[in-house]
Amino acid sequence: MELISTLPELMEWGFRGPALSRRRAIRLKLAAVLGFLALWSLVSGVVVVAKLFNPIFLPGPWMIADALWTLAVKGQLWGHVAATLQRVAIGFSTGAALAIVLGLLAGHVRLVRNILEPVVELLRPIPPLAMLPLFLVWVGIGEGSKVGFITYATFFPTFLTTVHAVRRLDPLLVRAAQSLGARPSQLFVRVILPAALPDILVGIRLGVALSFFVIVISEFIGAEQGLGFLINDGRSFFLVPQMLGAAVLLGLLGYGGNALVRLVERRVLRWQYL
Amino acid sequence: MTPKIRIVGVSKAFGGAAAALAGVDLDVAEHELLCLLGPSGCGKSTLLNIVAGFLAPTTGRVLVDEHPVDGPGADRGVVFQEYVLFPWLTVAGNVEFGLKLKGTAADERRRTVARYLDLVGLSAHAGKFPTQLSGGMKQRVAIARALANDPAIILMDEPFGALDAQTREVLQDELSRIQRLEHKTVIFVTHSIREAVYLADRVVVMTSAPGRIKQVFDITLPEVRDRFAPEFTHYESEITRVVKEEVAKTIDGHGRQGPSVHE
Amino acid sequence: MKIRAWALLAVLVAWAALAYGNRVIEITNPVLLPTPGDVASTTLAALRDGSLPRNLLTSLARVMEGFAVAAGAALALGVLAAVCGPLRAMLEPVIEFVRPIPPLAFLPMFLVWFGLGEGSKVAFIAYTTFFPMFIGVAASVLRVDVMLLRAAASLGATRTDLLRRVMLPAALPGIIVALRLGFGLALFVIVGAEFIGADAGLGNLIMEGRTFFNPPQIVMGALVLGLLGSLVNALLLVAERRFLNLDRP
Repeated sequence: MELISTLPELMEWGFRGPALSRRRAIRLKLAAVLGFLALWSLVSGVVVVAKLFNPIFLPGPWMIADALWTLAVKGQLWGHVAATLQRVAIGFSTGAALAIVLGLLAGHVRLVRNILEPVVELLRPIPPLAMLPLFLVWVGIGEGSKVGFITYATFFPTFLTTVHAVRRLDPLLVRAAQSLGARPSQLFVRVILPAALPDILVGIRLGVALSFFVIVISEFIGAEQGLGFLINDGRSFFLVPQMLGAAVLLGLLGYGGNALVRLVERRVLRWQYL
Repeated sequence: MTPKIRIVGVSKAFGGAAAALAGVDLDVAEHELLCLLGPSGCGKSTLLNIVAGFLAPTTGRVLVDEHPVDGPGADRGVVFQEYVLFPWLTVAGNVEFGLKLKGTAADERRRTVARYLDLVGLSAHAGKFPTQLSGGMKQRVAIARALANDPAIILMDEPFGALDAQTREVLQDELSRIQRLEHKTVIFVTHSIREAVYLADRVVVMTSAPGRIKQVFDITLPEVRDRFAPEFTHYESEITRVVKEEVAKTIDGHGRQGPSVHE
Repeated sequence: MKIRAWALLAVLVAWAALAYGNRVIEITNPVLLPTPGDVASTTLAALRDGSLPRNLLTSLARVMEGFAVAAGAALALGVLAAVCGPLRAMLEPVIEFVRPIPPLAFLPMFLVWFGLGEGSKVAFIAYTTFFPMFIGVAASVLRVDVMLLRAAASLGATRTDLLRRVMLPAALPGIIVALRLGFGLALFVIVGAEFIGADAGLGNLIMEGRTFFNPPQIVMGALVLGLLGSLVNALLLVAERRFLNLDRP
């Protein structure tokens, strides 16, 4: 196998190269992840053996697993995971529900759009994190500010994709439904909603990712539970394996959330995946 | 007998642009299949969209059964060139869409869907989604969807324009057969003269922009037509001559090649 | 454009009405809901004593440095990964493994590794923006239409020609979008980075507003960041259009 595709290969497949078989793709993936873990272990092993610097700076994968295991055995881990999950779940579902309802309305009704758009236009360019202290000042340091902040942060992507979806709806679909006798309410339920659904789900996926993105910081600040707290706590007490372990767990949760939405997509949008 | 559709003094101008239609008067009789023919940009699709109620005329009006048209409705089914199937519904789901809107009972819906899928030869594909169908099959679904709603009028906007030549002829045969069974009042927009002569009871040739009616041909061929019969060819060449005058005007007038009319 | 200006004005008026109204009838503590006047005077003061420009420049320098490092790496590696199948096969899963971890979760790691100074912030920005830019660059190259390659080859292009004269210009629009999004992300996360373990920067300024219970300062920081974001985005969009129109009439 040459490093760069040959001319005939380029002519046949472009830069993408030939499609791999499913089995081969999975095997390659597995090999690469294992290779990554092996390389990581090797480097941190060398650090330990050769005493290059304090190994705590670069703990091997086994140390991370050990730290997580210790927390799990002590029965603390689940509480942290649950706290983060609960904040994300409540905050995100509130934000998404608001965003979808308002987004559908704004996409469909010009008056609502004219009222909401400037507010969104003004707030959107502000990095949501910049608003976090305002939530802390307003709601205090408890659950309210964390959940409220996630609601705020996830509202924007879902709202914007929903509005966009409704607005870019193919007018011919509307015409087809009207000439089959659809009344405005039927048009909304039977045409606009299903046509907008794929984009709405994309917005939901963005929102889920963003929730996990911002929950970390709000758990750094004044939380007593949650994976973000574990990370910050690890920093204060110099427990690097705990920090990395919590980060990996957050990654897994985010990955799981994404996979869940994808699953729903595949179910609901069967017609797109044929 | 009063005509099913009356188009009275209809003209249409878009924004500040030159008029697309200028004073069209046309009656369409019940159960008649009428073809609108003309060079591209002659406003034939605009006229159809006005009858469908998608566009409002600038002047004049359209009457269906003596009632003015003021928007789209289930009494006028539309078949689009781009098929416009609902991609999230199966073939059967698309065909029963209009019935669902009306609140028809489930078992009657099932019977109607089965009947029209059978009529267009797609019974075996009822559970498929539009993305899985070829262009010809998609257009069959769209025709079944329009028919299942049982409108008195069907408006077809270059329905076979995006299909290849073979599929096109097959669908023309099917439409001709279906029309012999269903006897709808049909306005059929096309730029193919052959297609018009093959399908129409009357062919209306329109002038280039602004669109007016140039000439109307009554096609007195038998119901089942032979594309190679001398009478057929006669109509074809006769209409071609009239259409060519208009295409020539387009080219002279705008100094560009008028695409537009197939032999 | 005009409508937008009016709408923004309307928001401003609504905010003023709300805040000044609250001051009169005290639905909540007026300190919590700063008026436009409060924010304006705080901003003026911060401009006069130089703290706003200083913090702004600090943040911008961090963003620029981190972004430059990441953009360079993403361009080189992204193009390389796209044209070199084996490298792509190796990198892809690793990236898939690391990417779902919210970058901010690594922020404390960077503080541990690089200390509290500038290095940790710059490195963190570089780390955060690298992945999306890398993926965007590689995807833009992979998306290049095979028909363009065929057309060029049938006109006599060699493999080098294809890379230089077809791949790069065809992928350029996508690459530029990837860089623009990366810059936006840098502005997004610098705030978080400066909340924690920084003694300067806009994020720090905002956090100070919380510590000293000074909401106008928080709002000022947020507005400056929003303004900065819109400005940079608009500039990049204009540059994008200019730049791409050179070879795309």
